[in-house]
This record gives sequence, C-alpha cells and structure tokens, in this order.
Amino acid sequence: MTDIILKSNLGRRKFVNRLMLGIVILLTALAIIPLICIVGYIIYKGLPAINWDFFTKLPVPVGESGGGIGNSIIGTLILVAIASVVGIPIGILSAVYLSEYKPAGAFSSCVRFVVDVMLGIPSIVLGIFAYLTFVKPFGHFSAISGGLALALLMIPIVGRSTEEILKLVPNTIREGAYALGVPKWKTILRIVLPYATKGIVTGVMLGVARVAGETAPLLLTAFGNHFWSKNINEPIASLPAQIFEYAKSPFDDWIQKAWGAALVLIVLVLTLNVIARVITRGRFKNAS
Amino acid sequence: MNYRGLAKEIELKIHSDRPARKWPVEAFFKWGTFAFAFLIIVLLIWMIIAIAIQSQLSLEKFGFQFLTSTDWDPVKGLFGALPFIYGTIVSSIVAIAVAAPISIGVALFLTEMAPKWLRTPIGFLIELLAAIPSILFGLLGLFVFVPFVREWIQKPIGKILGWFPLFSGAPIGLGMLSAGLLLAIMIIPIITALARDIIGNVPNIQKEGALALGATRWEMIWKVVLPYARSGILGAVILGLGRALGETMAVTMVIGNRAEIKASLFAPSHSMAAVIANEFTEATGDLYLSSLIEVGLILFLVTFLLNALARFLIWSVAKGPKGGIRA
Repeated sequence: MTDIILKSNLGRRKFVNRLMLGIVILLTALAIIPLICIVGYIIYKGLPAINWDFFTKLPVPVGESGGGIGNSIIGTLILVAIASVVGIPIGILSAVYLSEYKPAGAFSSCVRFVVDVMLGIPSIVLGIFAYLTFVKPFGHFSAISGGLALALLMIPIVGRSTEEILKLVPNTIREGAYALGVPKWKTILRIVLPYATKGIVTGVMLGVARVAGETAPLLLTAFGNHFWSKNINEPIASLPAQIFEYAKSPFDDWIQKAWGAALVLIVLVLTLNVIARVITRGRFKNAS
Repeated sequence: MNYRGLAKEIELKIHSDRPARKWPVEAFFKWGTFAFAFLIIVLLIWMIIAIAIQSQLSLEKFGFQFLTSTDWDPVKGLFGALPFIYGTIVSSIVAIAVAAPISIGVALFLTEMAPKWLRTPIGFLIELLAAIPSILFGLLGLFVFVPFVREWIQKPIGKILGWFPLFSGAPIGLGMLSAGLLLAIMIIPIITALARDIIGNVPNIQKEGALALGATRWEMIWKVVLPYARSGILGAVILGLGRALGETMAVTMVIGNRAEIKASLFAPSHSMAAVIANEFTEATGDLYLSSLIEVGLILFLVTFLLNALARFLIWSVAKGPKGGIRA
C-alpha cells in the first residue's frame, strides 16, 4: 500500500479513479440501452398491428387479411389462472410452515434448498416433466398440463418471496396476539398474513408476470391451436407460443402479428411488474 | 389494519362461561402447511425420477457415448449429444464473458458510485430488463439483433481477424456469437441483482478505513470492496451461467439450429435446450424421445450442480466474518 502515500502518484491515481468511474458509468449505460431498445422497438413495430379485430378475432390462414389473436390472449389468461390456482396456495402455505412453524432445522433447510434448486431448473426441463406426467399418460396435449407446468415455475417464486416477507413481520405483533390468548393458527391467519399482504401480493404478481411470458414448457404441453378453446382438456393457444409460431413463419403478415402479440405481452408483463414494485415501495415508506 | 373483529372475538371468548370447543384446528393447520412444504420436496424427487426413468432407453443404448458422439441422426436412430453440449457451453461462455464485467460494473455503480437519487430508478430499470419474457428477446434477436451483429460486429471483425479460426467464415448473423451476446443481455440483470446485494454487504467500517487512509474511491473499491465480495460475486456469475445454460426460446431463435461443431463463433450451432424445444413434439419413436429426455436430464444435472455451487459461494459471503475481524 506504499504507493498510496507517495504524493508524486496523486495525479495518476486521481486519473485512474475518474477513468474507472467513467467506465462503470459506460457499463451501466450498456446494460440499460437494450431495455429501452427492446421496449421502444416492440411499440414501434407492434402498434400498427393493433386494432379491435386483433383482440377479438381468430387467427386466419396465410393469404387472408384481417384476423387476430383473441384465442391466444384468452388462452394465456386461462393457463395463468390454472397455474395460479395450483401454484399460489402451495407457495404461500409452504412458506407459512417454514417461517411460522419451523424456521430452523434440517427439514426446513431441505425445503429451502429444493426451492432454490427449482428456481434454477431450466423451464424446458420443467416442460419435459410436465409432458411425462400430464401429457404422455393421457395421450394428448392439454391446457391443464400447460397450466401445471407453469405452476411448477410459480411455486418457488411465490414461496421464496412469501417467506422473505413473513420474516419481516415483527415478532412483537405475534407475541401481542399470543398474549391475548389467540391460538397460533388464528394469529397466522388474522395477524401475520394480513400484515404481510402487500408483500405477498407483490411476490404473486411477479410470479404471474414470469409465467405469463414463459414459452418453452408450453410447446411441450399446451401446444397451441387456432380456435376458441372450450375445454381445458384440449390443446390451447397462448401468446408466447403464438409469437413463436408467427415469428418462425416466412409471411410478412404473420410476422406483423407476432409484433402485435409481443406488444400485448410486454404491456401485460411490465404492467404487472411496475404495479408490484410500486406496492412494495409504498410498504417500505410506511415502515421507515 | 382493522383488528376490531378479532378483538371482539377474543372479548367474547373471555367473557363467555362455556369452555372453548377443542377442535384440533391447530394441528390441522400445522400439518396442512407441512404437507405443502413436503409436497415441494416430493415434486423435485418425482421430477428427477421421472426424467431419469424415461431416459433409460437412450442411457442403455448409447451409454457414455451419448456425451461424446457427434452423430444426431434420427433417421438412422443414432443419437449423440456432443454438438448440443458444445453449443450450450460455448454460447454460455460468450455470454458470461460479456455479461460478468458489465454486471459487476452496474452493481458497483448502484452501490458505491451513483448519487442516491439515481440508484432507485436505475435499479428499477435493470429489474424490468429481467422481467422481459425470453420469447421477446428471441423475436427482437431474430429480426433486429442478428442483422446488427452481422453488419456491425461480424463484418468488421471478419475483415481484420478473419484468419483466426474463432472469427472465420461467412458473416451470416445467425449463430453462436448472436446467441451468446443475446444471452449476455438476458443474464445481466440476474448477476447484477445478486452482485449488488453482495457488494452492499461489505462492512462500511472497512470502506471507511480505506478512505481514511487516503485511498481514492476506485482504490477503495479495488482493494477493499472487491476482495471482500470476491467469492460472492463468483457465485452470482455462476448463477448467471446456470441461467444461460438453460435458456431456451431466445437461443432457439438466433443460434441457427444446426447440429455441427465448428471452431468459428460465426457459424450456426445448436444448444441442448433448443434441440428439446424444436424436436420434442416431432420426435417419432421411443429412442428419439428418450434421447431428447436424456439431453434434458444432463441439462438438469448441470444446472443443479452449478446452482448448488453458487448458493454455497454466496452463502459463504453472507455468513462470512463481519466488521474489522477480517484482515
């Protein structure tokens, strides 16, 4: 560290300091530019495709003009609903057990580790599992299998964020409830969970946003169709899979539709994200 | 929040003479939540077993050769996964080489350099980048990024360094380089978020010590912050690598999907996740399907090991010595 004391070096050291500061700022800009480009370009390309028919009509064969992706939008909503109904309770209730009943111990560490592992599993592998379990035995692709594949993605996201939030609930309010003679389960349902509602909702919204844009497992499970789905035991269309199908096609008209669908998807996902973050920020303001 | 209802209930209980009914609600609730936690473990084990069983056919037929053979010929019934493994690894290495320095730079900017008012909005933008679905990266990659890479990266580099095997061949855009760079954009927010937390955990007292000795801000970062956070940052990078290995849609759309091993980064290639996404629903015959599932099994095991390693590294920093204890 002797070089720090030598005065003759000061000019050079200050220069290095500024230079590195500049480089770091440049790197930050490099990281943010793609976001602006992506959002901007999708809006630019997608807006011309958007009209009333786009939301309400079915896809049309090549060559015919008009048509829309109404069934994909509904399909994505159905898939996300199935995933939510299955994934959210499992995520939240397992987090309640970890945080309220067994914060320490081998079993809890094991569950936490498994949740970490599940967060890191590539979504295509989850798709394979969903295919083997929910598609192959029944012999056909289905909306249910797609929804369950998405639920597998959702469980660790919701579980992890819920546990983090429950940890932030001050122990004093639990003790306050116990002191009044409230049983533990009622404390959890009436005191702890309401206190953490905002945080839990944030986690759920982030989970929903994540699975709404997920494509890979759906290719193996929900597959896709070009009709209004009437039965969740049959293949179902979804926005991401529809974008993939259109983007691979050589037809300008379809590619145009892919951009429109991309715009719908990005608006959906970013809105969920922004709302989720705003909710949490409000929460931290109250806390401080 | 309104606890009045609960307060009233408690009051009623206290003042009522009859003894409270003894429903085993408590036990029911406890074991109910336990069941859900247990279910998560069961799911993972079930997943491993299901995938392992279904890849049995290909495991038995090809054995270790599956990893070393470059033949992927569904017509002849020959399956070797090396081209996919190679493509996955090389594109991920390109991604990490580009993303790691940028992410660490952003994390440093957000924790040590940026003025307070700028930290939240920039952190927010980076988080939004993480939220964009990979299919959209793929869409943009195919129509915007691939031509950009071809015109502005491959052609200039090809002119100067075309003699070098890594940069040889025709600049067609689709290929390893595009996939790697696109992956880099996708994993930057993941590495950044983790590195930011880890760097934020460096004790203030150490940083203040360095500044008090007359270090410039950069010297403080270089000689105090980064050494302290080193293994944690490595963990963050490994976690980013795990994400890059398993990324499917964006890679499928830009890597070119050709099962060949070429030295050049400009050449089209293939990846493990991409081959599953492309061929799974069209796979005819049990052996073909089983081979694809084995590719999934390999992918799963590799990401599993990387995740475990990364968690361990990050955990060792989070639990590491605090304050002035560390020399």
